[in-house]
Amino acid sequence: MGTADVEAVWRIESARIVAALTRFTGDFGLAEDAAQEAVAEALVSWPLAPPANPGGWLMTTARRRAIDAIRRRTALQDRHALLAADPAVDSAVDEEIDPDRIDDDILALMFVSCHPVLSREARVALTLRVVGGLSSEEIARAFLVSVPTVQARISRGKKTIAAAGVPFELPAAGERRERLGGVLSVLYVIFTEGSTATSGDRLLRPDVAYEAIRLARTLAALEPDEPEVHGLLALCELTAARFPARTGPDGSPVLLEDQDRRRWDFSAIRRGLAALVKASTHGLGPYGLQAAIAAAHASAPSVEATDWDRIVVLYEALGRVAPSPVVELNRAVAVAMATGPAQALAIVDDLIALDRLPGSHLVPTVRGELLARLGRRPEARAELELAARLCANQRERSVLLRKAAALG
Amino acid sequence: MPKYMLIMRGTDESNAALMAGFEELAASTYQYIEDLVKAGVFVAAEGLDDAGQGVVVDFSGETPVVTDGPYGETKELFGGYFMLEVASKQEAVEWAKRIPAVTGSKIEVRRVAGEDEMPQDTAGSIEERARRESNGQI
Repeated sequence: MGTADVEAVWRIESARIVAALTRFTGDFGLAEDAAQEAVAEALVSWPLAPPANPGGWLMTTARRRAIDAIRRRTALQDRHALLAADPAVDSAVDEEIDPDRIDDDILALMFVSCHPVLSREARVALTLRVVGGLSSEEIARAFLVSVPTVQARISRGKKTIAAAGVPFELPAAGERRERLGGVLSVLYVIFTEGSTATSGDRLLRPDVAYEAIRLARTLAALEPDEPEVHGLLALCELTAARFPARTGPDGSPVLLEDQDRRRWDFSAIRRGLAALVKASTHGLGPYGLQAAIAAAHASAPSVEATDWDRIVVLYEALGRVAPSPVVELNRAVAVAMATGPAQALAIVDDLIALDRLPGSHLVPTVRGELLARLGRRPEARAELELAARLCANQRERSVLLRKAAALG
Repeated sequence: MPKYMLIMRGTDESNAALMAGFEELAASTYQYIEDLVKAGVFVAAEGLDDAGQGVVVDFSGETPVVTDGPYGETKELFGGYFMLEVASKQEAVEWAKRIPAVTGSKIEVRRVAGEDEMPQDTAGSIEERARRESNGQI
C-alpha cells in the first residue's frame, strides 16, 4: 500500500477517528494529534505490511497514541492515570461502531471546528483538517498561504478550544440552529474560495469547492430536517454545475451569457433542484433564496429566456432576510435584465452615494456595464478601468481590461 | 471531484448465490449506501434486470441486428453500478472493497472522463458559437 492508499483510507475514516477519540479523551487537540501520529505511522508501516483492516488499524493505533499521551500527563495528574489504566477506556472507544453515535460524533466535530471562539481562518482550517481529512499542504495550496501558516492556525485553534473549555457535544436544541448558521457559513466560505478564488491567477479551485460540497452533503445527511442545510447544498450544487462551462481552454473566464449551456453538469443541476425542494419546506432562508436564483439560471435555455422577473423578486426577498450591499448590486443586475439599465443604474448610484461597498471592483464593473448599455461609452470605459485596478484576480482583471478596450 | 463508476460483475454462480441470500445482502447494501451518503460521496446506484431479459444491438453488419441477451461468450455479466464522487482512484477502490458483494463476483472501478478532458473546441461548441454570433447573442 502506497501513500495514496493511506490517504484514501484516512479521508474516509479521519472524521470518525478524531470524533471517537475526542469523546473518549474529552480533548479535541489531543485526539487530533493522536490521529495524525497514527497516519504518520501508517505511511511508514503500510507499504511494508498492509493491514487487513486499514480503518481499524488507524483507530487502534490512534487510540494507543492517545493513551500514551494521557499516561505522559499522569506524572502530573493521578486522575488521568486511573483513566489510562482503566479497561473501560477500551470499551469506551469500541462504542464507535454504534452508527447513531458516529453521526452525533461527526456533527459535534463540525460544531467544534466551527466554534464561535475561533477566528474565521481557524474555523476553515480546522474544518478542512479534522472533518475533511485534508493535509496542511492541501489546505495551504487551496488558500494560497504557507504550510507553517496553516499549521499555526490549526494548533492555535486547538489551543483556543481547549482554553475556552469547549465541550465535545452537540449544542443544546435552542443554541443549535444559531450555531448551525456558523457551520454553514464556514462551508460556504470554503465553497466560494473554490468557485471564485479571491486572488491569484486561477479562476476556479474545483477541489476546494467540491470538498465543501462533500461536507455539505454529509451535513445534509446528518441534519435532514434543517432546510437551510439543503439550501446551502442546493446553492453549491447549482453553482458547481456551471463549472465545466465557466472557463475557456486557456483558463480564462467565460461569462454567463457566453457559456455553452450544454456543457453544464445536468446531474448536478438535478441534485441541486432536488435539494432546493427539501430546502423549501418552510419558506426559503438566505441560502435557499440564493439557490432559487441559481436554479432560475440553471433551468433557462439562454440568458434572454431567463425568468429575470422571478430573479428580481428573489433578490428583493433576499434583501429582506439578509440585507447586504452585494445583494443590492446583484438585484441591480437583475433589474437591468428585466426592465432595463436606467432603473438599475439608479440602484447602483444609491449604493455609491451611501458608500456601501467601498474599494470593491464589483461596483464599477456593474456600473461600467450599465453605462455601456446606455451608450455612455467614455464613462463606461473609465468605470471598467477603475474596476480592473481594484480587482485582485488576474483572470477577471484581464476580462475587464478587454471590455474597456472594446469601448474604444 | 472525479466521478468513479463501481461496476458489479457477477457470474451465473454468484448471481444464484445473490438470489439465495437476497434479503441479507439487500440490508447490508442499504447500509452501505447510507454510509456513502453520509460520507458525501454518493451520486447514484442502480441494479440491472436479469441479463436474459436484455437484448444486444449488433453493429457488425450494414444494419444493426438485434439479438436476445445474454452476451455470447461473456462469463461475467454487469449486474449494476454505484456512482461515486471521490478525491482519488485509491478512495474509489477503498469504497469498492467495502461493497457487500457475493463470493465469486467482481467489482470493476472505472473513472468517468471529466468534461475538461474532452476537446474544448469540438464541432458542437464551434457550431453553437456561430449560431449565437449569427443571432447577435455574442
